[in-house]
Amino acid sequence: MNKDIPKYIITFIITALLFITAFYLSNYFNNKKTADIKATADKISIDLLSSETQFDILKQSSCNQLDGSILADELDALGDKLNYMESQVGSTNSEVIQLKKYYSILQIKDYLLMSNYGKECHTKSVSIVYFYTNDCQDCKNQGYVLTYLRDTYPGLRTYSFDYNLNLSALETLISLYKVPNKMPAFLINNKLYNGFMSTEDIEKIIKPLLPPTATTTATTTKVK
Amino acid sequence: MEYPSFQSILIYSSLFLATYFEVFLIMTLLGNSKKLRLENTSMDDEPTSFPTATIVVPCFNEESTVDGTIDSLLSMNYPRDKFNVIIVDDGSTDKTWQYIQKYANNPQIEIYKKENGGKYTALNYGIQQSKADLIGCLDADSYVDKDTLRRIVRYFTDPKVMAVTPAIKIFKPKSIIQYLQYIEYQLGIMIKKLFSYLNAIHVTPGPFTIFRRSIFEKIGLFRHAHNTEDMEMAMRMQINHLKIENCHKAFVYTVGPSTLKTLYKQRVRWTHGFLENTIDYKSILFKKEYGHIAFFTLPFSVVSLMSVISVVCLTIWSIFKSIYDFIIRIIIVGFHPHFHFDLSFIYINTRTSIFVGIVLFSMTMILLLNGRKISEEKMLSKEILYFLIIYPLIAPLWIIKSVYNTIFSKKTSWR
Repeated sequence: MNKDIPKYIITFIITALLFITAFYLSNYFNNKKTADIKATADKISIDLLSSETQFDILKQSSCNQLDGSILADELDALGDKLNYMESQVGSTNSEVIQLKKYYSILQIKDYLLMSNYGKECHTKSVSIVYFYTNDCQDCKNQGYVLTYLRDTYPGLRTYSFDYNLNLSALETLISLYKVPNKMPAFLINNKLYNGFMSTEDIEKIIKPLLPPTATTTATTTKVK
Repeated sequence: MEYPSFQSILIYSSLFLATYFEVFLIMTLLGNSKKLRLENTSMDDEPTSFPTATIVVPCFNEESTVDGTIDSLLSMNYPRDKFNVIIVDDGSTDKTWQYIQKYANNPQIEIYKKENGGKYTALNYGIQQSKADLIGCLDADSYVDKDTLRRIVRYFTDPKVMAVTPAIKIFKPKSIIQYLQYIEYQLGIMIKKLFSYLNAIHVTPGPFTIFRRSIFEKIGLFRHAHNTEDMEMAMRMQINHLKIENCHKAFVYTVGPSTLKTLYKQRVRWTHGFLENTIDYKSILFKKEYGHIAFFTLPFSVVSLMSVISVVCLTIWSIFKSIYDFIIRIIIVGFHPHFHFDLSFIYINTRTSIFVGIVLFSMTMILLLNGRKISEEKMLSKEILYFLIIYPLIAPLWIIKSVYNTIFSKKTSWR
């Protein structure tokens, strides 16, 4: 048996090497993914900057030309990808945190742009600003509600922020609207709401605020 | 730094052990490739001598199935004056005894009847009636090739070899369950071969393992051994340092259970028997004098069962969790599937475990395809897919039941 011990050791080394290779491959792909997400975020940033500049240049006369809906879809897609990455590599991964901050800033800029646009062009729109934390029980369910609303009402803009993200722009927003440390929390058209809200609760609030065309595209079957 | 969860520790340790096991086997394959090639080329050489051999065929309510078995035995390419068949009726309650009378006048066949006592008692009875140098057994629903005994006998030229195990295949598979076993047995042929190179065989299968008569005098006859007397005999031989070889081209065909229920019963018996026998022979474990069976075969076989159970539990738990989440979601927003057609490569799962899984899969395929090669099957067939997909789903069923039986000391039944 003694002459066989080297075989056991070699096997161990080979197995360890296989594992290390698998780990490095996994890391390599995860890095590629975060790079891709960052590139997408960069692109959106440029698009946002372009829209803002357009708005600055044209002011009121830009009201017919500005179409924010494409940007909204891109932002949502970015958010989904970021969520997936977070679930794969963990929420303490530094790259993920950076991308979340980047994404949050883009959302805030879009929010501001849409608010200004709405004021200047007198358009009817509803934005829901949603705050969550990673350990809040109702937040997952709240996520389902918001996804459903997003799909059903194309005129609705939703923005989600991790309350604990430690981003100065976000802190400003939080203190400006006095968002308390109880999740989930909402700003629906700048009015503060607290606690879990079902689809019916939110629909009651936003339906009167939405432009009429938005509701006809939605077919809803309410679950009692 | 996030600490790994209990689940990931469990999964990664299981993956590590499985990978270790297969790397070890593949290294054994590579290290013995020359020896294997030599065995293949000399497989049909004329044996230097033809020792006398007896094949015991135990019957219990077998009636007509025994015909095919006896015919295949009598058709073997072995000198007629050097081998005989002993049929033992183990107290059948049907017309088996009357049926086998037709063999009474055959000079190569002896028939006996005894009171029912279980398969191992029929084997022992037949062994005691025999005077041959080599003894083997064949179940009444199994068949041999013409060359099976001839090829096995060559391995006995080495006086140290005390038993030779055959290469078992499933006979004419028809149902999907039988096809699963068909592929599984081919993987088994490779693994048995590799175990023989490690001198770490832990089962001397009932169907046509040939023993030297002297071992029964040395270490005794078959025992009840939790209805798995073939495993117990192998372990007894190992603990007595008796050499067990394998002839991978000595084909024996056995009819596999055709339904999930009968397969389940058979496998619970085998796995439970394995665990109980291992417990009985636990003194072998991790003792240097016994070599690879003590450090490789037995430990890994036991640990693999535990891994399977824990991985299955984890999987079931996460499936239930997903279903629960799904139901909650429906309660909250109704049935509105959120279709997300984003074919970004980002959504492909690239966790480390996926890559390790790919490595494991490749190694299993290497072993399986080599097993098919040495047992003269064509390399690829669609049944391999059935095996790869369905087998991992049903094997946990009997594994869990066997371990449960062992822990709570329940007895298994033969049929």
